[in-house]
Amino acid sequence: MSLSKRIPIFLLRLLALGATVSATLVMITSHDSAQLFNMKFEAKYTNSPTFKYFVLMNAIASGYTLILLFFSSKSSYGHLILILDLVMALLLDSSISACLAIGQVGKNGNSHAGWLPICGQVPKFCDHVTGALVAGFVAAIVYFLILLYSLHNVMNLFFLKT
Amino acid sequence: MASERGEKQETCHGKVPLTRSKLDLVLLLLRLLAFLATLSAMVVMALNKQTKTIVVATIGTVPIRATLTAKFQHTPAFVFFVIANGNASLHNLLMLVVGFMGPKWNFKGLAHLAIPVLDLMNVAIVSGGASAAAFMGQLGRDGNSHARWNKICDKFDSFCDQGGGAMIASFVGLMLMTVICSVSIIRLRNHNGNKIILDSSVVVP
Repeated sequence: MSLSKRIPIFLLRLLALGATVSATLVMITSHDSAQLFNMKFEAKYTNSPTFKYFVLMNAIASGYTLILLFFSSKSSYGHLILILDLVMALLLDSSISACLAIGQVGKNGNSHAGWLPICGQVPKFCDHVTGALVAGFVAAIVYFLILLYSLHNVMNLFFLKT
Repeated sequence: MASERGEKQETCHGKVPLTRSKLDLVLLLLRLLAFLATLSAMVVMALNKQTKTIVVATIGTVPIRATLTAKFQHTPAFVFFVIANGNASLHNLLMLVVGFMGPKWNFKGLAHLAIPVLDLMNVAIVSGGASAAAFMGQLGRDGNSHARWNKICDKFDSFCDQGGGAMIASFVGLMLMTVICSVSIIRLRNHNGNKIILDSSVVVP
């Protein structure tokens, strides 16, 4: 495969590696505690299964991207890489979507269910999680771009010449 | 253009008759099932509502009742779920129509690309909606003791059951749509080979 074809996808995978690793690390290190009357709020990412799922998916995606960076794109494995890229993009997409839903409840509460927002009590945790979600969102978008590039490389789809 | 997989095509003036291969019929059947799954997920969640009258206090001997309603609109995740599944069912319906009426129309080359791209977009949207609703439902069923959020499924059990059924239908639809998306991308390569044919050829989504 020519170098001019390999450089864009290498850069994209590098960007995806940075995004997924930073999302994982920022979410893991998010921690805050607050004392309110006689209630103690301690906020960690393990309190919510959604955030644990997010950390797991981003860790898997970062490991996968790291392995693929050192793998030169041989065309014999192109189809397997394409399927794995599709699976990874969908998993990242689902994890960021679920975290955004739970984060919205944490920020605004849900008056109908009697759930109070927690971002007023633990603002550092909320900001940390917001940063991790931004990184996760960037990772999902970059993975979709990687998927399109994989499709192009494997199937030669996008030539538009007569 | 001679295609593989048993599709025969003769160019006359205007109509292009086509004998469908078995793969086309299987794909249309899968699309019909995916359409039904996403449509039922959307309808079941949109009709999700439960009203319950709970005694909140007792003054003397008179119990004071409050009427609480659980609707799907109260949760933005469920609203997104309904919208995402509605979008996907509309897309599947349009692809079914194109699949049945396809041989009568002649498309240029770029339209062949639109179908797999739209399929991929709708798979992403449905996966986002289904997973957001699933985690929201898990929060409603188990609550979150660390954030002092009480569970609601013990009081509104039929609301939770109906929501769970809608989520199952959506996940089934998501799996079917992923299979359809992969097959339509592979067919793109078979139709085009190494270059995009810019004249008319038959499109079967």
